[in-house]
Amino acid sequence: MGHDHDHDHDQDQDQDHSDVPPPLALRVKALQSVLAAKSIVSEATVDRIVDAYEHRIGPHLGAGVIARAWIDPAFRERLLADGTEAARDHGIRGLDPGVRLVVVENTADVHNVVVCTLCSCYPLQLLGMPPVWYKSAPYRSRVVQDPRGVLAEFGTDVDDDVEVRVWDSNSEVRYLVLPERPAGTDELDEAALAALVGRNAMVGVEHVLPPADPPPAP
Amino acid sequence: MNRIHDLGGMHGFGPIHAEPERSEPPFHEPWEATACALMLGTLRLGRWSLDRFRHTIERQAPLDYLRRSYFEKWFEAVCELAVAEGLVTEDELRTGVADTPVRPRDERWTPDFSTDRAPRWAAGDRVRAVVRNPAGHTRQPRYVRGRVGTVVRVAGAEPLPEAAAEDRCEVGHVYLVRFEAAELWGADATGRDAVYLELWDDHLEAA
Repeated sequence: MGHDHDHDHDQDQDQDHSDVPPPLALRVKALQSVLAAKSIVSEATVDRIVDAYEHRIGPHLGAGVIARAWIDPAFRERLLADGTEAARDHGIRGLDPGVRLVVVENTADVHNVVVCTLCSCYPLQLLGMPPVWYKSAPYRSRVVQDPRGVLAEFGTDVDDDVEVRVWDSNSEVRYLVLPERPAGTDELDEAALAALVGRNAMVGVEHVLPPADPPPAP
Repeated sequence: MNRIHDLGGMHGFGPIHAEPERSEPPFHEPWEATACALMLGTLRLGRWSLDRFRHTIERQAPLDYLRRSYFEKWFEAVCELAVAEGLVTEDELRTGVADTPVRPRDERWTPDFSTDRAPRWAAGDRVRAVVRNPAGHTRQPRYVRGRVGTVVRVAGAEPLPEAAAEDRCEVGHVYLVRFEAAELWGADATGRDAVYLELWDDHLEAA
């Protein structure tokens, strides 16, 4: 009897386990199926959004804006004066009414770095999905209070006499850092310059580095 | 609300783990991509504002907030809002089978970005972030409350987050304000550094 009792008890435990929520992937699939069946969010809409962020929208868009600003002084002026309009003119899509793009310029005297301490606001339209670290508690908690320590963790040195400005994206403004153009790139065209500009530099946690193999001097 | 999402200035979360930039994918699992698309797809319906979505995440239990991944927090918030708005039921979320009609709703959340009121502050004004502990949603982080900064410019007009979180649109001016690091963090801060935020009329008083 004792054995039978234990067996029943095991079955009860198995019953309990079936109340554990199914894995997240299955729960997401269930929501997707119900929303599609009710024509609230179609499968095609889901596919279109996923495809956009996996294949079309990413840091190469922001890099194109930065490279153009480096070689076209009039565009640079417009970009710094009204980032939203300049980015739209450049062909950046998805800057919906109410979302403002502000471009902040790194100089010999000022280094800018961007965060969203309250959630994860980010210029998706120019950089795509934010990296995991940008959304993480360590970055969001620390960069407002200890920006130089955070920059050092990314291997980024900022001289003591350079002012560090931290931009907390707490409203519907999205910030993009215009990094300093690296030395030794005078000969590079717009596309070659854009290839140097990484996502982290446009968030402000890294500098743009010169090309690994600079072209030989003429 | 003074909840766990308001992370600025907290200690104890450890080092930043950054994946190599060139190899980090936009989504790490297929379900993350789907959850992201469902969040954006449902937001477009106008059944809830972005601030109501944020508020729903902020109300997740603090331990859940820290334990859940980013897209998991998004997914849980979309489920909660979809049930609250009558788009789906708890049973449907369990089974994946649609068997109830969508609750109709006439009005749509439509944000406005203009106001007839004159701005209260101008560039150069010294302002103090109001000390307050609102029970609902706010975009005024704790670390600026009571601190004095300088208005850099009138940045625009936006729906007040406190009202938007309840799907009401009350437009106010937003001001870009510079706070010196030493004002926010005391003597430990490096003197030349500063934090910039945008705050609404209701978040500021004369200093």
